[in-house]
Amino acid sequence: MSGRERGERRGVTRRGLLKGAGAAAAAGVIARPAAALAQHADDGVEIAGPGPVHLVLRVNGAAREVEVEPRRTLLDALRGDLDLTGAKRVCDRGTCGACTIWLDGAPAYACSVLAIEAVGSEITTIEGLGTPAAPHPMQAAFARRDALQCGFCTPGFVMACAWAAETHGAALDDATLRRSVCGNLCRCGTYPHVVQAALEGAREMTAARDSGAGDGAKGGR
Amino acid sequence: MPRNVKTTVGLPGGPTRELTVTVHELDAPRWDAAARLRVVGTDVPRVDGPAKAAGAARYTYDVARPRLAYCRLVRCFRAHAVVREVETAAASKLRGVLGVRTLVGPGGRVTFSGKGVVAVCAESEEALDDAVHAVRVTYDVRPGPATTDDARDDAAARVDPRRGNAVPDARGPERRGDPDAALARSHAQIALTFRTQVQTHSALETHGCIVEPGADDTYTVWASTQGTGAFQASMAQALGVPVESVRVITEHMGGGFGAKLGGIDEWDREAALFARELGRPVKAMLDRREEHLVAGCRPDSVQALTLGADADGSLTALVARTLGTAGNGANGADAANTRVYAVPNLLREQTNVATFTGRARAFRAPGHPQGMFALEGAMDALAEALRIDPLALRLRNDPHPLRQVQWRLGAERIGWERLRSAGPGTGSVRRGVGCAAAIWYQKGGGNWVVRVDVRRDGSVTAASAVQDIGTGTRTVLAVLVAEELGIAPARVTVRCGDTRDPAGPPSGGSQTAPSIGPPAREAAVRAREGLAEVLAREWGVEASDVAFEGGAFTAGARTATFDEACALLGPEGLSVSGTRRANYDGFHGETAGCQFAEVEVDTETGVVRVVRVVAVHDAGRIVDTLTARSQVVGGVIQGISYALHEERQLDRNLGDMVNPTLDTYRILGIADCPEIDCVLTSLDSGFNNAGMMGLGEPVTVPTAGAVANAVSHALGVRITELPITPARVLAALRRPR
Repeated sequence: MSGRERGERRGVTRRGLLKGAGAAAAAGVIARPAAALAQHADDGVEIAGPGPVHLVLRVNGAAREVEVEPRRTLLDALRGDLDLTGAKRVCDRGTCGACTIWLDGAPAYACSVLAIEAVGSEITTIEGLGTPAAPHPMQAAFARRDALQCGFCTPGFVMACAWAAETHGAALDDATLRRSVCGNLCRCGTYPHVVQAALEGAREMTAARDSGAGDGAKGGR
Repeated sequence: MPRNVKTTVGLPGGPTRELTVTVHELDAPRWDAAARLRVVGTDVPRVDGPAKAAGAARYTYDVARPRLAYCRLVRCFRAHAVVREVETAAASKLRGVLGVRTLVGPGGRVTFSGKGVVAVCAESEEALDDAVHAVRVTYDVRPGPATTDDARDDAAARVDPRRGNAVPDARGPERRGDPDAALARSHAQIALTFRTQVQTHSALETHGCIVEPGADDTYTVWASTQGTGAFQASMAQALGVPVESVRVITEHMGGGFGAKLGGIDEWDREAALFARELGRPVKAMLDRREEHLVAGCRPDSVQALTLGADADGSLTALVARTLGTAGNGANGADAANTRVYAVPNLLREQTNVATFTGRARAFRAPGHPQGMFALEGAMDALAEALRIDPLALRLRNDPHPLRQVQWRLGAERIGWERLRSAGPGTGSVRRGVGCAAAIWYQKGGGNWVVRVDVRRDGSVTAASAVQDIGTGTRTVLAVLVAEELGIAPARVTVRCGDTRDPAGPPSGGSQTAPSIGPPAREAAVRAREGLAEVLAREWGVEASDVAFEGGAFTAGARTATFDEACALLGPEGLSVSGTRRANYDGFHGETAGCQFAEVEVDTETGVVRVVRVVAVHDAGRIVDTLTARSQVVGGVIQGISYALHEERQLDRNLGDMVNPTLDTYRILGIADCPEIDCVLTSLDSGFNNAGMMGLGEPVTVPTAGAVANAVSHALGVRITELPITPARVLAALRRPR
């Protein structure tokens, strides 16, 4: 799914948001630009920023409020304002996938999305997938198969692999998996173990879904 | 009392050596080749795997502190320049800016692209961005040759005005026998010049730290470092406080590969000075461009090799003349292109070339991937000249008894004879197979200490300031302690990377596991003895009568599990330490390995695809076969990436890096990753109580050489330059044979 489709679906486009709060208000999401710094252009369009604006983000199923400048990326807001530090900034230009999150159920690079753009979307981070004590099947497979070394790319890989598994289900094979996650880079060289873990995790997710026991069908297409 | 032990070390069923070693009286009993172990030598999932897979592992980059401020350096992106003017007033006045400090004032000279000129501190990342952009620095740009070839020109601008850029290595040439005479007498000889590129470490977590001032001039520092000890000492010096006043924490670390050894850097120092001045925590971490430019790289090389042999393939002489740059420093030419094979006559000369570029740093097996690429390319060329099989030439000249076994093992796994006899084929896609040797030297050492605490509730903690940089150090310690205590590795909590705990080795040179594993074992044995003493008192027997077998303590008919024994401890529990004892004599001072690569080369597009790699490696006793395989596979992948893709490209006139991003500086991705068959020849090295040696570096030593030889085999043309890009493949095909 392309970013454009996502934007249209939630009725918010990047341009609309940058232009002003009008579009955001139409989406019924943005609360109020911090009053002191809100500006009004001559055409009457309300412009957010450059000072902090108040946003409500839906993260891992909960509404979270942040006060950020409109230029702040979703990645920085998640990490710096909400202390969700699983997603990493590595390349800072949508090349490496270390900041992969899900926006409305599809992978996105949080370094390349503004926080203000994500208003109205369901944001899922690695922390929302599972915890060390109660891991998602994909997280468990990564740990079991040692699909990680330094672990810095791992949250991004897990998000990308879990999405591939949900999307392709039982049809996920080696080649499809590699193509699905080729936007993620690892420097330690974990790829073969990532493939093993992802296929194993996908089988478990499919089994859980078939038995109706798990939440692996979440957002399934 | 030290006691003498007769033992056999080496590979059971393979090469071994009989020894008598004098064992330290306090050391843990040595595990010999016959030791029957429960968890050591099995697949044990990384103990911090669940936290890393859940995104719950906190790296330096992730640490959040109240009132955290941010620091960054304004950098000069010219290779050679003199600062004319520095204007910081506008930046200082910006909202949220906490401090601006000039590091290089007017008249100051810059000799590499990326040098920090002004340090800025602000209370948010956005304010920091604004401040960095508001600083105005003007320069007089000077000619600054940034490539090894340009810098060697006599007329070139000099990095160090007192001397030319090309300087013979201070250690002088290495000479053995009479290589000229031997070459003249040789049945066959080849002369080739090999060239390799500058590679950047490109660890995913960049360099940096957070410095937080505490009470009484103390500091807590979170650092992305490969050596908590060196970071602590250098940070204390920068702050002018005693070492004990600085606590360094590296709980998780996002890759280093050598670039994060050796203490603090300029940006760490600036963060610390701002932190001291402002009385609040300050974070400084590099961005990707800075990481490429200023945080280290592997030197390039130009290696001219002449190799001669008798008609039977016995090497007679090797002459290796190497040039290389380590940037604006004084090294760079130390390519390991003469090791491995037995050559009676040798000349090795090195010339270090200073260039106007950021300095090289230790990079996974310094000097070796480039040296082995050249040496193994020369070996294949010689085999061709002698009309003998390249593998046979290696077997004839390789003095390492274990590698003799490994060559045969690897050849069988890759299907060497089948692939060599089938040949490259005649279609547009040609197939080739090549091999190369691995060598390393690390037995570990130092007098490091590991502390083990056992509590009444059965909880076990092992603690060392050693950092786990992703190599699995934490897991190795858990496995060793678990083995001795008869419990599951997951029950051992390992606290790593905190200088409040006993000092541990830096993670460099593949020394970490063999340096810190043996004292962990010793500490665990001490803990077991302590529990036996408690039980002996409880049972009214001598401690020496309490045996430990199959995870339980026994004395006569009495028996107690580990947990039952722990329950008898006092509220303070049991706290014991183990120390790294001096190395014993062992099987072989060099670790051995070899790799075989099978490739497909499209002769129309020039694209090389590595199909399969067989990697056979030794690191003494393998403690955790799962994480060890990860290390091997990772070394191979980095090696392929080096062989085919990676290259720091510089603007020839300005000296700035033109590909300082991860899309333009390409590293191998998952789609191009071949099947990697990893064979570990686990053996008792004998050097320490666990027989361990280092693994991290040897595994990346042979890969580029093996891949290049496979490509040469496929094309019928010798590849002499890395990376093997499509353009180079097509150029090689056009070269007259």
